[in-house]
Amino acid sequence: MTAKLFGDDLKVMPMGKHYMPNSAHKEEMLREIGFESIEDLFSDVPKNVSYEFNLPEGKSEYEVFLEMNEMLGKNKTALEMPSFLGAGTYFHYVPAHVKYLIERSEFLTAYTPYQPEISQGMLQALFEYQSLIAELVGLEIVNASMYDWGTSLGEAARMSARFTRRNKFIVPKNLSPEKIKVLQTYVDGAGIEIEYVKWNEKGQMDLEELKEKVEGAAGVYIEMPNFFGLIEEEIKAVGEIAHDNNALFVVGVDPTSLGVLEAPGNYGADIVIGEAAFFGSPMNFGGPRAGIFAVKNDKKLVRQMPGRIIGMTKDVDGRRAFVMALQTREQHIRRAKATSNICSNEALVAVAAAIHIATLGPKGLAKLGEVILKNTAYFKKRMKEVGELPFEGINFKDVPVKFEVPYDAIHERLLERNIHGGFYLKPHFPELGESALFAVTETTRKEWIDALVDALKEIEGDAYV
Amino acid sequence: MFKQARWDEPLIFELGGRGRVSFTLPEAIEDIDVQIPEELKRGSLELPELSEPEVVKHYTRLSEMNYGVDSGIYPLGSCTMKYNPKINEELAGHPKVTYVHPYQDERTVQGALQVMWELEQWLKEVTGMDRFTLQPAAGANGEFTGVMIIRAYHLDRGDTKRDEIIVPDSAHGTNPASAAMAGFKVIEIPSNEQGMVDLEALRSAVSERTAGLMLTNPNTLGIFEEDILEIAKIVHDAGGLLYYDGANLNGILGKVRPGDMGFDVVHINLHKTFSTPHGGGGPGAGPVGVKDFLKDYLPVPVVEYDGEKYYLNYDLPKSIGKVKEFYGNFGVLVKALTYLKIMGRQGLKEASEIAVLNANYLGKKLKGTKGYELPHKELRKHEVVFSAEPMKRDTGVKALDVAKRLLDHGLHAPTIYFPLIVHEALMIEPTEGVTKEELDAYVDALKRISEEAYSNPELVKSAPHNTAVRRVDDVLATKRPVITWRMYRKLKEKGDIDI
Repeated sequence: MTAKLFGDDLKVMPMGKHYMPNSAHKEEMLREIGFESIEDLFSDVPKNVSYEFNLPEGKSEYEVFLEMNEMLGKNKTALEMPSFLGAGTYFHYVPAHVKYLIERSEFLTAYTPYQPEISQGMLQALFEYQSLIAELVGLEIVNASMYDWGTSLGEAARMSARFTRRNKFIVPKNLSPEKIKVLQTYVDGAGIEIEYVKWNEKGQMDLEELKEKVEGAAGVYIEMPNFFGLIEEEIKAVGEIAHDNNALFVVGVDPTSLGVLEAPGNYGADIVIGEAAFFGSPMNFGGPRAGIFAVKNDKKLVRQMPGRIIGMTKDVDGRRAFVMALQTREQHIRRAKATSNICSNEALVAVAAAIHIATLGPKGLAKLGEVILKNTAYFKKRMKEVGELPFEGINFKDVPVKFEVPYDAIHERLLERNIHGGFYLKPHFPELGESALFAVTETTRKEWIDALVDALKEIEGDAYV
Repeated sequence: MFKQARWDEPLIFELGGRGRVSFTLPEAIEDIDVQIPEELKRGSLELPELSEPEVVKHYTRLSEMNYGVDSGIYPLGSCTMKYNPKINEELAGHPKVTYVHPYQDERTVQGALQVMWELEQWLKEVTGMDRFTLQPAAGANGEFTGVMIIRAYHLDRGDTKRDEIIVPDSAHGTNPASAAMAGFKVIEIPSNEQGMVDLEALRSAVSERTAGLMLTNPNTLGIFEEDILEIAKIVHDAGGLLYYDGANLNGILGKVRPGDMGFDVVHINLHKTFSTPHGGGGPGAGPVGVKDFLKDYLPVPVVEYDGEKYYLNYDLPKSIGKVKEFYGNFGVLVKALTYLKIMGRQGLKEASEIAVLNANYLGKKLKGTKGYELPHKELRKHEVVFSAEPMKRDTGVKALDVAKRLLDHGLHAPTIYFPLIVHEALMIEPTEGVTKEELDAYVDALKRISEEAYSNPELVKSAPHNTAVRRVDDVLATKRPVITWRMYRKLKEKGDIDI
């Protein structure tokens, strides 16, 4: 038989057939199971609501690749313009092997490990994630991830309320606007009230106001470093105040600081939350991320914990094995009485974090923290030349800087010079005036900071017109 | 014969040696001495010390003890484990995606915003809804968003009595859990003998307290709720809203849309229907669509396009707030849009048709095999739920044992013991991504297991034999939890653990 090279034989429309082998065997399969047409398989769908999509036709992979490239090309990245944005998402460098390893098909295309015997790889990787986070935060119980830091906070508030049977949760007023909004939505249906404690002249939690508000609180939440990037020097006292009032002490941490800052478990935290994706994941325009959720090893606390937990056990031959543990807290068993509705979590993001942490090891973690502290100190030193630093103290990554003229005008001028300035604080914290939150990390280059300072001087020369 | 890798791979804490490093870091810009107060300084840090080759080998070995869609058939019911095209990964890994900060000036993220805006247009047309939020990170996060919107809508109208959400007994566990999280009382109604919503039960459940009904259609039995229009009428007449759990959308793409069936709120699992990988449990994405009258309650921000530029709109005074930081799992959104563009109108419809063909093919081929029965009506959509009840009764071999024995064949098990209304349930969803040969092999394996159950039940009960570990003791894991290396080390020091 001679192959016909041109004509109908080469028509393989519609697109997508390359993902569905049986597209080529429809007739044969239908016949085998006694159906005449595909339509017969949909005879139960009411005819009066059946619908034909009004959508574009499919395209070849190459055409879509071009289209998406062009679209994404409109973005400007942190590689193309020095950026000083932080405020809860940071530009860290992720070693190349992390991406290669999490993109191994057996991890990437697996589901939640419901069949542990054939899913030991993912289960062990998640157990190790839990273990690495446990070492960092100084607590023994860690779950396999929440969606992000913000949802971990929402769950921590709900868990505190369940545990103490109280309905007030205390948080610092200088909290990221993202987290405030997520927290409020999460507690809304549970009848929990959020009380805010102001910051003092050092930009840290005001202990006097905390003492006034703490009575009857289910939990007291504080961040280390806080939203202004400041180290909370009296964080131990905050924990004591919480405990004196039988409230849970909830600490939110940037885990990249834990090579230089003490583990919250060592200063009394009952629950530690944070953002695991600061390790192992790029910024991705804000997601995916992975919420850290760790608690003290207390049976009653563990029972109230949200999310999947991987445990070590053995198989019938006595060999070490891993499996999802303590599942009676979860929605698929407890339904309306579950501790949370979470099902899919951020497993792969957690594994990426684990690989990055394992790559850093104790020395890398300490070095990372130190480089960030020193870079932040250099940044502060230089920024004093062009603006006011409203708070003294030790900053880690984030630094609020106050200007004498509207910051949005400064932002425009910086952008013209291909520099992205900080996060405008005034819309969220008007009491800070024309301030913006700038951030540096280990990725920040000296030339970037120098260029920023030069630009700000130039702009000042223009009298900020 | 299938044999999974069995590496006896130590924990990462048990590897490495002092002084080995696998990191490189730039030096600090200036060697400034920063004094951390003594009591806040990090003490010890018990982490492994490894070189990069060791890290890479460890995780490569672990991956070899795992099974994904790329390894073989993975027919977990209600999970839609379809093929994940590699072009999706390529584009999501683009530096123009990965190196972008969520707070960047809108003028510098027009591409990202366009991805979100375009994806929303696709999802609107696919579901028949009027507006979407792409913020929810997963299906359950989307459900929570949806029921919070329902709550906000009723409260906004001053209708404060509506504190009940109705769910069928066949619903996913997340449905009642999400409703409870939003503060609702959950009313469960039974299914009829056809496996569908019992209209009489629904009529007697609705009242002036009904906020809404959460429904999956096709339902978790893979059966299309033929009375959907009547169901919608009953709920709407009572003043309630209809919520669509999109977990099973793959069964009706291009045939019928939730919006046209009367649903007011819809969530979609991009990691199911739109081919983004599950990553061993996440990240996913659970966009939520609503009808026009609910759009003011969506989470902020939503993405707008004014004909020239894309922008984030935070100005929704009635918004429920936020359910996740920033704008959702953006990387996942890139993957889903890529898939949609390649598939197009006909491809999406074809996907549904083949998925349904495959499920019915498998159902028909397996039906009549000793030990399995197919309760409820025969015509299914994307999945088919068998019961191994006869096998258990006759031989003592349970659905769990069947699942484990399948693993021995290098085939992933179906979802088991769900939906709860089917005893010894085997819930099989092959998806459109498998070949006819794979379907035949799956049926053959299930038939062989049936023969084994009746001739040599111990072989099945003691399965699996060919996986990295054998039957895992999950009771022990809960009775004596060992959650982290810290806990393990302590137990080990005390001699309280023998693993």
